[in-house]
Order: sequence, then structure tokens, then C-alpha cells
Amino acid sequence: MFESILITIATAATPLLIASIGELVVERSGVLNLGVEGMMVMGAVTGFGVTLATGSPWLGIFAAIAVGALFSLLFGFLTLTLVTNQVATGLALTLLGLGLSGMLGEGFVGQPGIKLGNLDIPFLSDLPVIGRLIFGQDPVFYLSILLTVGVAWFLFRTRAGLTLRSVGDNHGSAHALGINVIGIRYLAVMFGGACAGLAGAYLSLVYTPQWIENMTAGRGWIALALVVFASWRPWRVLAGAYLFGAVSIGQLHAQALGIGVPSQLLSSLPYLATIVVLVLISRNRRLTMVNTPASLGRPFVPDR
Amino acid sequence: MTATLETEGGNLLEVRGLTKIFGTLKACDNIDLTVGRGEIHALLGENGAGKSTLVKMLFGSLEPNAGEIRWNGQVEQISSPGAARKLGIGMVFQHFSLFDALTAAENIALSLDDDTPIATIAAKAKALSYSYGLPLDPYSLVGDLSVGERQRIEIIRCLLQTPQLIILDEPTSVLTPQEADRLFETLERLRSEGKSILYISHRLEEVKRLCDRATVLRHGKVVGHCDPRKETASSLARMMVGNEVQAVVRDPVQGMDKAAALLEVRNLSRTPATPFSIPLRNINLSARAGEVIGIAGVAGNGQGEFFEAVSGEVQQQDAANVRIRGKDAGRLTISGRRLLGAAFVPEERLGHGAAPRMRLSENLLLSRHATDRKAFLGTAGTVQTRAIATAAQRIIEIMDVRKSGPDPEAAALSGGNLQKFIIGRELDRRPAVMVVNQPTWGVDAGAAARIRQALIELARSGSAVVVISQDLDELFEISDSIAVMHNGELSKPLPIAEATFEKVGLLMGGAEPGHVEPVAELA
Repeated sequence: MFESILITIATAATPLLIASIGELVVERSGVLNLGVEGMMVMGAVTGFGVTLATGSPWLGIFAAIAVGALFSLLFGFLTLTLVTNQVATGLALTLLGLGLSGMLGEGFVGQPGIKLGNLDIPFLSDLPVIGRLIFGQDPVFYLSILLTVGVAWFLFRTRAGLTLRSVGDNHGSAHALGINVIGIRYLAVMFGGACAGLAGAYLSLVYTPQWIENMTAGRGWIALALVVFASWRPWRVLAGAYLFGAVSIGQLHAQALGIGVPSQLLSSLPYLATIVVLVLISRNRRLTMVNTPASLGRPFVPDR
Repeated sequence: MTATLETEGGNLLEVRGLTKIFGTLKACDNIDLTVGRGEIHALLGENGAGKSTLVKMLFGSLEPNAGEIRWNGQVEQISSPGAARKLGIGMVFQHFSLFDALTAAENIALSLDDDTPIATIAAKAKALSYSYGLPLDPYSLVGDLSVGERQRIEIIRCLLQTPQLIILDEPTSVLTPQEADRLFETLERLRSEGKSILYISHRLEEVKRLCDRATVLRHGKVVGHCDPRKETASSLARMMVGNEVQAVVRDPVQGMDKAAALLEVRNLSRTPATPFSIPLRNINLSARAGEVIGIAGVAGNGQGEFFEAVSGEVQQQDAANVRIRGKDAGRLTISGRRLLGAAFVPEERLGHGAAPRMRLSENLLLSRHATDRKAFLGTAGTVQTRAIATAAQRIIEIMDVRKSGPDPEAAALSGGNLQKFIIGRELDRRPAVMVVNQPTWGVDAGAAARIRQALIELARSGSAVVVISQDLDELFEISDSIAVMHNGELSKPLPIAEATFEKVGLLMGGAEPGHVEPVAELA
């Protein structure tokens, strides 16, 4: 019982974590992409459709990553090359993704899906309590943890990561130093899109292996909020995603037990808890200030 | 072409006919410039003369419309700052190109192309900085550093690239006199090592002291080459401005001690609003009718915070912290303080002093709707367009504001002309108390003289004037006494008869007993 709750928590947290880590990299480069929800839902429908057609969930996942990146490329072209307003363009991307995925997925509704299999390491997976939690999950779960470690290492331990942070801090200075601001932002935006696509595919291939219209159900927005409340730091994003996952699974169990609290209040608990905790840990304003990308959302037009 | 190579082959940099056009404005028009090896070459000119545009083209951040750049006799297309660095051109920017949220070492690492570990860069930067007498803690966060320390990072970053030519854009405008001296020693040492320096400034004394040759720009054109050591400051000024600059006249005041204090600041303290801002520590100041008090200080020592507190942009806990004409004003808003007879001109023109996308007449109403309610607004609060237009026209004529249309948007004016309008808008009210932050920043010499004279005349007609400025020459020209702001503390005002550059400079560096010594110096 306890073990299965832990596993459902991990499953609920993983798509949030992947989408947030992607968006974190985007925002660290100074771009605000509000289209996470749209890219996620496109990833979900692509992953499901391709898996259905080919029978291989792996192909579905790769297709979802590609579609997410491609979709974000559209955002990049509009905001970086044509310098449209990032907020409006991001919102449009979300609306476009929701509509387009509904249309593409019309034939998939009600079709049985194929679930991406779990890892099964003999002996280790059979350990009590932690066996399945640590050694018997789906591969994307491990990937999400690797992604967090990798992004944390990239941002704070490599020269390329330093360059990316510098672009987000002050794009004017970065340009004056000869750094290719637009190029770096394109790469960051596409990384964010790929992550959102993967997170979407996780929903339709692992979390609930089926296609339902609007199946992301606001998770893209949660991911965006997590990035801000985690003050743009990868490990805090991980903590936030798992906290959110834990409280949302916990409140489901509480509702099932029928305790005398209105279900609406219980349903809002994950949001409340995540906000409260992340606000508490980001009380150190100095650290927050240093980690906030100062150029976030500001349009950049180099003068030549 | 071969002839040029033979005759001037010894020059490091030759610029021929360089032109840059922005819209209809020729920012640089057919510029010729030659910099030899081991020479400090001054580029002189007023604000807007095209100096910054020219060096941005040399450094590859702007693309010229016409003309050629020769480096070691070869024609080069400098298409990006990276390309300029590869050739051996380094630049120290006027508005620093640093990243607040990164450490000094990370800032330096960003401009080096190779993948040297940060620790190695930090060690190198530290060693180099000490060898030039510009001590630097490579692991300090840039957002925490003073402007002088930030400039050190820029210089060390530039030197680590071992450039042949170093371009410095107005490097001393943010330094104390003592910090400037240290910079000059560094530059002289670089010259003795055979490096060339292109030194941009509008400060004539330092150019005379430091530079071997000078090229003077005016309105985007070269108006002369000279040896600054053989010129006088006034002959250089004449070349820069094109005609004689009227000297500011300041009669000494009599019977000051009996005059009433119109602006009093008592025990004003303030906690920092953001991690990168300065707290105010127990500031006391009293400005009497008839006098101009100057507040000197290196940028970022609390002047902005002080101005906000006095103007009412930020209100105080205790109403007696700020008193205007004998009334407690600490808890009043900007309009409340204006109604008591005070006027304020903030440092930032666009966004603080004026709303950029609104017309001049609208900006006039915005700042004076409370004080001139009767003249500008009808009984039901309707806007009296004609009265406002007349007043705006009056200000424009008195201050000689040059503009493109009859009533343009504030953002359409050049910085200097907008500043003339903003100062004129406040002077037009004949305020009893006037507080100005950086009155002539970015204003050309003629207009600056006019603004300074107007401030002195306002004081002599019985008002109290407080001028916050980083320009020491300006403060010595107009002030009756000078106080210095350092690290959020304000020194006692020195009467102008006792004040010297050296005394004020030491105070700017924090030398007064009781001041906190800057920690980063020794780290």
C-alpha cells in the first residue's frame, strides 16, 4: 500500500518535473514561454498517435520530443526573430496546441493505449518497500532525475551554462561581449519544447495510457509556476514537483476515505501547499534576486 | 594604396572616411583617425558628438555605412566584438557590460573564448589586478560592488585578453579623483609596455595630463587633430564646442547664518529596499534660503535612495525626518511636498522625470496638476489645454529647448533638450526648495552652463537649492558648500572656501572618521 502510494506520487511528479526543468532552462536564457501547456498537449497527442500507429511507445516518445521542439521553434521564430510579445505569443501557443491536439486526436478518443513498460531488475526490484520505487519504475522517471542533475550541472558547472545565464541576466552586455544572444535563446527554447513534448508523452503513455482531449489539465501552468516559485533553481523544482505530486495523491486518498472536508478544498490543497512551501524557502530575497534572470521576457533587438 | 602603406606603416590603427547613419542623423560623418603604437590617443567631443558611435564601430558592435578600418596596415571588416578581440582590440565600456548576478571571475570568463576553469581565471585575474594596483576579489558578486570596483573588473577583463589597443569610453566619469589617479598610473604603465590606448573623454584637464595626441569631434565630424599638451583647457573647449562657453557667474552670499532653513533633513535612515541598494544612515542636512548645497559622491553610494526619500517617492516613518519650510513633510506624498513649495528633478529623465510617450504639455500637467490646479484645471477637473500650452511654450522659450514639432512626445527630444525642459518646468514655479539629481548629465556644455546659472539665480532670489551630482567640476562651480555621500552616510557640508578637490575626493573614498572602510579593498 505504502509502496504503491510512493510510486503514484513519483508518476504524478515526473511530467511536472520534466516540463519545469525545460522551462527553467528557457527562462534562465531570458525568454518567458507561456506555451508549456500547448507544447505538452501536442506531445501527448503525438506520443499516443505514433505509438498507436507503430506499436512502439519509444517511437511515440521520440516523436513527441520532436514535435515539442518543433512547436517551440515556432514560438522562437515569432518572439526572437520577429520580436513579437512573448506573453501574447506564449498564450497563443497554448491555445493553438489545445485546439490542434483536440482535432488531431479526435480519432484516438476511447482507443486503448499502450503503456511504456517498467524497468524490472531481477532481485533488486523485489526488495521490500523501496525495491519497485527505486529499481522498478518506467525509464522516463530515471530520465527525469538525470535531466535535473544534468541541467544543474550544466548551468552552474560549465562554461556554456555560464554563457546561457549571462544572456538571461543582461542581454545587452552579452551582445557587447560578442555572445550570440538570439542563437543561444533559440537552443534554450527548443530544449524547453522538447522537454514539454516528453512530459506530454509521459501523460498519454505512462500516467494514463489513453488519449483524452485537454488531458494535460493545467499541468503546463503548474510547471510554469513551479519554475518561478523555485526561484529558477533545478533542485528546488524537483522538490516542488514532488511536493505537488505528494499532496495531490494524498488528497485523493483523503477524499476516498471520506473525511469531512469539502472536496473542493482538498482538490486545491496541492496548489496551496506548493505555493506556501516554495514561498517559504525563497524568503532569502538576496538569493532570489541573484537567481532571477533579469532580462526575463524583455525583447532583444541588437543595434547594428 | 601602397604609398599609404609605406608612409604610415608604423600605425596600429587607421580609420578612413568612417560613416554611420541612424535614420536621418549622421552620427559619424567621414571620420579619419590614426592611432600609433605605444600612444595614448584622446578622442574629445561633447555628448552626442559621435565618440561612442565611432568606437562601437571599431569594436564591431555597430556596422559602418561607409569607410574603411586598417589594422596593422590591413583593411579589416570588424563584424563583431569577437572579431575585434581576435585582432587585439579590447574595450572598457562607459555603461559597463557586466552581469550583476555573476561573480567577477565569471564575468571575466565570459569574454575569454577558451575553456579555462573558473578557478584558474580567478587566480590569474587576482594576480594581474594586484600587479597593476587594482585589487580585486574574483569571487565577489558584481551586484555588490561599487562603480569603481566594477570598472576594475572591466579593465582586468580587457587586459587578460592581451590586446594591442585598449579603448576606454569615459572611464573617469564614475571615479573619485584618487581612483582616477590610480587609473592614470595603470594607463601610463600600459603605454610603457607598448600598448596603444584610445581614450574618450570630455574632461580636458585629464586629457592634457595623459594623452599624446587628440582628435576632436563635433556633430559627428572631425574638427581637428592636436597635441593636447600644447593646448590650454579653454582652447580645447573651443574646438569641442565651436564657440566660447559662457562661464557661470556665482556671487558669494552674505548673511547666510541668519537665513531661514527651507529644507531640513533630520536623522533620516532607511533600510535597503533591494539586496543591491544602499541603506541611508542617519542623514542630517539643512538648506537655507539663498544657498546652493552640492552633494558629491561616487555613483551608487545612496544618492538615489536619498533623493527618493526627500522627494517623497518613498515616505518616512517619522514626519519630522524631512521638513519643508518649517513644516513636517516626512509622511507626505510627492504632491504634498510640492504643495509646500518644493520641486524635484530626478536623475532618470525618461520614466521618472517625464513620461516618454506623452507630449511635453501633458508632462507639464502631470508634474504640476496639484500645485497649479487653478491655472491648469477647470472647476470640474477638466484640462485647460490652452493655459497649459501657453505655459509649455514659455518654458520652451526661456530654456531654449530645441525640438522637432510644436508639442512633441518627451521621448522624441534629445536627452539634453528634455533635461532643459524638465528643469525649466520646475523653475517656472519659482519653488522655495529645489532638489535636483544629476542636473547636467548628458547635456552639452552650452546648455549645462545655462542650467547651472539658472540654479544659482534661483537660490539668489531666496530659494534653497540642493544639487546631487557626480561631476565635481560642476559642484565646485555652483555650490556654496559641498557635502559628500559615502556608503549611505552624508558628511558635514564643507563651505566652498575650504573645499578642495583633494578633500572632497578623500571623503568620496570614505576617509572621514566614522565611515566604514570598504572591505573589498583588502580581500
